Amino acid sequence: MERAAAADINAANHRDYAGAKLGMWIFLFTELLFFGGLFLLYAVYRSKYLAEFQNAATELNITIGAINTLILITSSLTMALSLSALKSGKKGHSLLFQALTIIFASAFLVVKYFEWTAKFSHGIWPGSPELTSQGEIIFYSLYFVMTGLHGLHVIIGIVAFAIILAMTNKNIINEGDYIKLENGGLYWHLVDIIWIYLFPLIYLIQ
Amino acid sequence: MGGQDNNYLNTGKYQGILSWILSTDHKRIGVLYLVSVLSFFLSGVILGFLMRLELIAPGQTIVTAQTYNSLFTLHGIIMIFFFIIPGITASFGNFFLPIMIGARDVAFPRLNLLSWWLYIIAAVIALSTIFLPGGPPDGGWTFYPPYSIKSTTNISVAAAAAFVVGFSSILTGLNFVTTIHRLRAPGMKWMRMPLFPWTLYATSWVQILATPVLAITVLLLILERSLGIGFFDPAKGGDPIMFQHLFWIYSHPAVYIMILPAMGVISEIIPVFSRKSIFGYKAIVISTLSIAAVGYLVWGHHMFTSGMSDTARMIFSFFTFFVAVPSGIKVFNWISTMYKGSISLAPPMVFALFFIFLFSIGGLTGLANSSVAVNIHIHDTYFIVSHFHYVMFGGTGFAFFAALHYWYPKICGKMYNETLATVAGVIMFVGFNILYFPQFLLGWQGMPRRYYDYPAEFTTGNVISTVGSWILIAGILLMVFNLLRSLFSGKTADNNVWGGTTLEWQISSPPPVENFHEIPVIDGPPYRRKPEQ
Ligand code: HEM
Repeated sequence: MERAAAADINAANHRDYAGAKLGMWIFLFTELLFFGGLFLLYAVYRSKYLAEFQNAATELNITIGAINTLILITSSLTMALSLSALKSGKKGHSLLFQALTIIFASAFLVVKYFEWTAKFSHGIWPGSPELTSQGEIIFYSLYFVMTGLHGLHVIIGIVAFAIILAMTNKNIINEGDYIKLENGGLYWHLVDIIWIYLFPLIYLIQ
Repeated sequence: MGGQDNNYLNTGKYQGILSWILSTDHKRIGVLYLVSVLSFFLSGVILGFLMRLELIAPGQTIVTAQTYNSLFTLHGIIMIFFFIIPGITASFGNFFLPIMIGARDVAFPRLNLLSWWLYIIAAVIALSTIFLPGGPPDGGWTFYPPYSIKSTTNISVAAAAAFVVGFSSILTGLNFVTTIHRLRAPGMKWMRMPLFPWTLYATSWVQILATPVLAITVLLLILERSLGIGFFDPAKGGDPIMFQHLFWIYSHPAVYIMILPAMGVISEIIPVFSRKSIFGYKAIVISTLSIAAVGYLVWGHHMFTSGMSDTARMIFSFFTFFVAVPSGIKVFNWISTMYKGSISLAPPMVFALFFIFLFSIGGLTGLANSSVAVNIHIHDTYFIVSHFHYVMFGGTGFAFFAALHYWYPKICGKMYNETLATVAGVIMFVGFNILYFPQFLLGWQGMPRRYYDYPAEFTTGNVISTVGSWILIAGILLMVFNLLRSLFSGKTADNNVWGGTTLEWQISSPPPVENFHEIPVIDGPPYRRKPEQ
């Protein structure tokens, strides 16, 4: 039964939803392993420089981090809403929610921008002479690299959603063919989840 | 080329070169990879030839120390990232995976073309280091800090190339896994899938799960060199050994990316030329999957002398011995397949037999490396150089040539001169052993790797080795000449030249654009022979 279906897919020019989703999930695995390397370094260096890590973390602004967490989670919600709106045929709603997702994602980056520049003005950047202890250097490098790479993924997400938005508008993505939107959503939730781990590791545990 | 009308070689969307480099047909992409991979192999061989020439006598012979450092680094990068890792998977895998499971193409044809483009872009980036100010990278393909942080050569550029080619490798893996899950022909249950697709399946998972770790590692190295983040710099509280861990968490599984498809090729060839069904199909499948799994747990054996607790060393040593078991199982399966078979010594089989011989030497010396006490003695000597050339070149390299001779008639629709192919194979085999066997002895006597010079007492071994490289290269050139010539003057090949039982031999040579006019229905195991065959 399942096999026969697969053969049909073969004939119908690769319109294979389950396949496209499987591919996306596999891609998400690779993202997890990519960040996994950083989490590994974090674990090792945290155990090596526990006191300095705890001390350095107090410098970070929990409120700003929390606001960004809230923004990102909300954007995941609007993302999911845009998908269910499209599935039930409400293209206008879907477009609106997609636009909101882009706005939230950009807001996240704006907040991040102010957070980073504030750090720079306090003399904190990788290789800054004002960082004295080795633990502090490593902590802030981890902070910048991890949030930086995460931020890069947010930017990629914004670009992807801009394309998806345009495609939805032109009905290339539509009620009956929404796999690109769904896969974009999967990606976005992953970006969200990675942040959910970064937030406590960097800001909360002190 | 081929005689059949409407085959993949004479039907395409575009004209000329564009019909290749913009094609999403898995067969054309497979050929693109085949040509690119072979070109990089030949360029790597030239670098190897130059190094061996330098080593023909002690002292400086033809190049300076710094040039030698760049030579072995470029040779390593090209051979690893641009020849052996994509090697069999991306070329023969792309061409034959869909056909062997009865599909019309891979799951994501456009992504497939993107992989090839990324591969080429990465190659351009890597080769650009030769011309950029600063010069080609030195310090070895492993990019170990602290040296790789301090070196003023273009290490960041080379690392970026590794990053991009890794992306290409991930996309190929992702594509193959999805293809195998979704596009097998009706009736092709998992346990009816031929062994080459099985090994590609295992390889693809390793590519997916290991390559991202390389990506983050080389990315951090680039950041380390540009921003000084300090993760691998002891002066800033970092630890170079963390780099080694991250690097080998990828690069050891990567050696299974190199060898598993080779084992798949051999498992296809041996039954065809023994006129028997494969012995122990299930055992080969299970050992393939377990090599892929256990392969993740052995990376530490590259670091026995780097600084690790005794417990860690014992565990890594144990797993390394353990991972040899499934490889051994396979060798026994191949031998048992040949037992009482009606063996025909056609060129693919000759190469396959050479593979078994050379791979066994490489594998068994691997066991010597994996015992901690011996390892400390031979670490970073020519014993290691010899060992990995036996596994990678003697193993995967020869399997690649076996695959080339096995599937050449299917890909091109032409037949090559079999006698010449066998002669070339024998020359290569002889040259190979003269080149690398003395290196085991040199290494055992303590000659360190990665030097352009050596004490005079090592001269004899090195001269023999260099002469071996000439013989080997003569064989390679003869092989390439024979295959190229047959493109133009070869006889038209039958659809099933070797009497194979898998699906690619049931369609015309070269295959039609859509592979199958009708998707086949599979009703039995892949290597079953009807009595008259
Ligand atoms: C005619 C063929 C070849 C010759 C003459 C050759 C020769 C050499 C030589 C002289 C070295 C340097 C040893 C040292 O100074 O430490 C070397 C290193 C190496 N070779 Fe080859 N080789 C050949 C083919 C291959 C192939 C086919 C592969 C892979 C599949 C390969 C992979 C490597 C690697 C990974 C290194 C280590 C580079 C490093 O130290 O960073 N070689 N080879």
